[in-house]
Amino acid sequence: MLRLEPRVSHSSLAAWLSPLLAMLFTALTGALIFMALGKSAGTTLYLYFIDPLTTSSSLSEVAVKAGPLILIGIGLSIGFRAGVWNIGAEGQYILGALFGSSLAVYFHESTNPWILPAMLLLGILGGMVWAAIPALLKTRFNSNEILVSLMLVYVAELLLIHLVQGPWRNPQGWGFPGTRMFPDAALMPMLFRGYRFHLGSVIAFLIPILAWIILSRSRFGYSIRVFGSAPLAARYSGINPKKMIWISLLAGGGFAGLAGIIEATSTIGQLMPKISPGYGFTAIIVAFLGRLDPRGVLLAGMIIAVTYIGGENAHVSAGLPKAVTGLFQGIILFYLLAFDLLTHYRVRFISRTAGAS
Amino acid sequence: MDEVIPPQLLQLKGITKEFPGCLANDRIDLDIQEGEIHALLGENGAGKSTLVKIIYGVLRPDEGELWWKGKLTQIPRPANARQLGIGMVFQHFSLFEAMTTLQNVALALPTINLDDLREKLEQTAEAYGLVLHPEHYVHDLSMGERQRIEIVRCLLQNPKLFILDEPTSVLTPQETEILFHTLRKIASEGRAVLYISHKLEEVRSLCDRATILRGGKKVDACIPSEESAHSLAEKMIGQKIEMVEKKSSIEKSGMQLEVESLHADPKQPHGVKLSDLHFHVSSGEVLGIAGIAGNGQGELMGILTGETGSPASGAIRMLSKEVNTLNPIQRRMLGAVFLPEERLGHAAVAEMTLSENTFLTSADQMHFDKRGWINWPAVANFSNQIIDDFDVRTTGEEALASSLSGGNLQKFIVGREILQHPKLLIISQPTWGVDAGAAAEIHRKIQVYAESGAAVLLISQDLDEIFLLSHRIAVISQGTLSLAEAAHEMSVEQVGLLMGMRHDQKSGNAAA
Repeated sequence: MLRLEPRVSHSSLAAWLSPLLAMLFTALTGALIFMALGKSAGTTLYLYFIDPLTTSSSLSEVAVKAGPLILIGIGLSIGFRAGVWNIGAEGQYILGALFGSSLAVYFHESTNPWILPAMLLLGILGGMVWAAIPALLKTRFNSNEILVSLMLVYVAELLLIHLVQGPWRNPQGWGFPGTRMFPDAALMPMLFRGYRFHLGSVIAFLIPILAWIILSRSRFGYSIRVFGSAPLAARYSGINPKKMIWISLLAGGGFAGLAGIIEATSTIGQLMPKISPGYGFTAIIVAFLGRLDPRGVLLAGMIIAVTYIGGENAHVSAGLPKAVTGLFQGIILFYLLAFDLLTHYRVRFISRTAGAS
Repeated sequence: MDEVIPPQLLQLKGITKEFPGCLANDRIDLDIQEGEIHALLGENGAGKSTLVKIIYGVLRPDEGELWWKGKLTQIPRPANARQLGIGMVFQHFSLFEAMTTLQNVALALPTINLDDLREKLEQTAEAYGLVLHPEHYVHDLSMGERQRIEIVRCLLQNPKLFILDEPTSVLTPQETEILFHTLRKIASEGRAVLYISHKLEEVRSLCDRATILRGGKKVDACIPSEESAHSLAEKMIGQKIEMVEKKSSIEKSGMQLEVESLHADPKQPHGVKLSDLHFHVSSGEVLGIAGIAGNGQGELMGILTGETGSPASGAIRMLSKEVNTLNPIQRRMLGAVFLPEERLGHAAVAEMTLSENTFLTSADQMHFDKRGWINWPAVANFSNQIIDDFDVRTTGEEALASSLSGGNLQKFIVGREILQHPKLLIISQPTWGVDAGAAAEIHRKIQVYAESGAAVLLISQDLDEIFLLSHRIAVISQGTLSLAEAAHEMSVEQVGLLMGMRHDQKSGNAAA
């Protein structure tokens, strides 16, 4: 008989090995699937996992895709650690893009170099404003933040569509929904000629390091963890529960808003009805894959981005169905959770007759 | 040897159980006869809980045999144990908090008709003198009330072997007598009771035989009535123990805690309203507040720590400052420390390390917070000092709080508070569910600290503890408090009587 027993001590090495092992096992499983589909396992695996990491342009694409996932994932992981379930990052992302872009829309001929920093700050503010609604309702009326934040996503989407079709529509856009293209001063500087890798991606890679230092060394980070794992103990130690709820939601909203305005000012360069391929929701998976640790979130954001680019590669070059991307993300999640389980538990084989003779 | 041996109900032979890194039971033999009350004695970590879990089918032994009524048996799960006729009341309650008393009882029984069950429940509860409200939700109930549900639930199953793990911790002396009466009645019907307790006096007066475990091994067996509580404790711990002795005269100076006309409304449904509480504690003094669980102790503790906000009216002064509107951190900064009843989840965070738990209450007092950044090396040093000074058995300050036994974690928590050198110590149930060795040590530390000039408020349902440590005793009942009187002028019976009435401190009279 098989049985799981909790391990006395968890090795932190094992916690770090598990995403790597998960990748390895996913590749092995993938090979079997590709062979069953009659493709060369080696070539397809290469296309899927290695190719996105080989050329500088595909690496740049991975980084650009990973950026918003990481940023939002960091903000969400802070809230999830505190036990505050902000599911509405997608809406906060949109509001961030809206707030920030308002400057570029109203000053569309601006050449002022301060317009971009001002847009970023407004973007953060926009995400926070949207997250403040569930925070206010939760602390005042104890309403459920999951429902409120989720429903506000749809409000945000409709607000965006209304603006880009109505008051903010490009007068020279032949009636298509969308704002004017942003002026150059309001666009993220591209760092290398010919690549889409931009300053915003750099910010997205630096934030996790900062977040990690704050969460592990500061009293604020400590309070977040205590509040999430033992609310009574938090109250006992003098942590103000309402303050924690506010901070959790504002952090989530602020980072999502930042991701939104970075995306609008970099790869898109304007506002359109569709400015997110669901980053706000995918980032929830990223936060949990990264086990709510900023270092893990950084890694998880990269992994999800790689499978995304790899899936496109395999679709275009090897003619694999697009569903393989989702399949792969599922397999990765499966192995990651399995290895996580094994870092906390060990499997013991015990004989059925034990205890009888 | 032509003594008549009574029929064996349960026999354990060479029971061995190993957990990762710990041999919990090492070839234990035990036999329980029909009609006897058998005590299982041992310190925390001695293997008592593991052994009874094996008997009840929660755990499976790695080796060893289990004989039930002379037949080799396997008990793979609790349902099988219940079928055989084994009932158990656990130390850690297995109740669903979001359900009522009645629903919790119904879950354990095949009967579905709730009305019949309610009647049966009330009858049984009354027969055994246990007050229960079938419609109350468990999450609103005190630990004592929860335990009563467990006892009644077990009795309803009419077991042949009745296992009780530390059952009297939350009962008054009168209730304990009723329970003992019940247990003796059960035994006289030819059923057996396996009684786990660290209250040695109880074991002496109640139990026919005792088996003593230490470090996972059976080290002794004896007839408790032929032993003294002291000799039993020494058998259990395996070494001489120093008994606490209270100084009869104390040097009082300066009031450190004053509570006047305190009124507070309950924060939870079915909570207790505190009405017109008056008391004070001076330096060097221990004031004991006795009472049955659920009479306002939790509410009083919440108001005193500042966790549940300000009182409706009245005044709380700590170290000569009014603290009504201060939060827990501000109260600590005045020199007060608090120790709530529940260890895991309230006084400590289970999934955090000891060091992280140290920071929980010492951040400001010990200056571990440097402008928002935590000085972890200093926290680790302080944690190691706690571990050394309070003899906490653990692998180190990096160990998770959940990995420590109850007694060791409690020693750590008491140490964390005392080593911050407070002027006022407010503690609730400091030795609830803690073994005799650790309890004695905790009592000694509290006493020594009070003698060094600190004021101590002790809220406890354990009368032995109240009498052992307190200089003055007051009794809380239905949210009211009796006038505090000198401990040496009070008897256990008097305190027991005060537990059942409402008090009116102004007239000094107690009204029933």
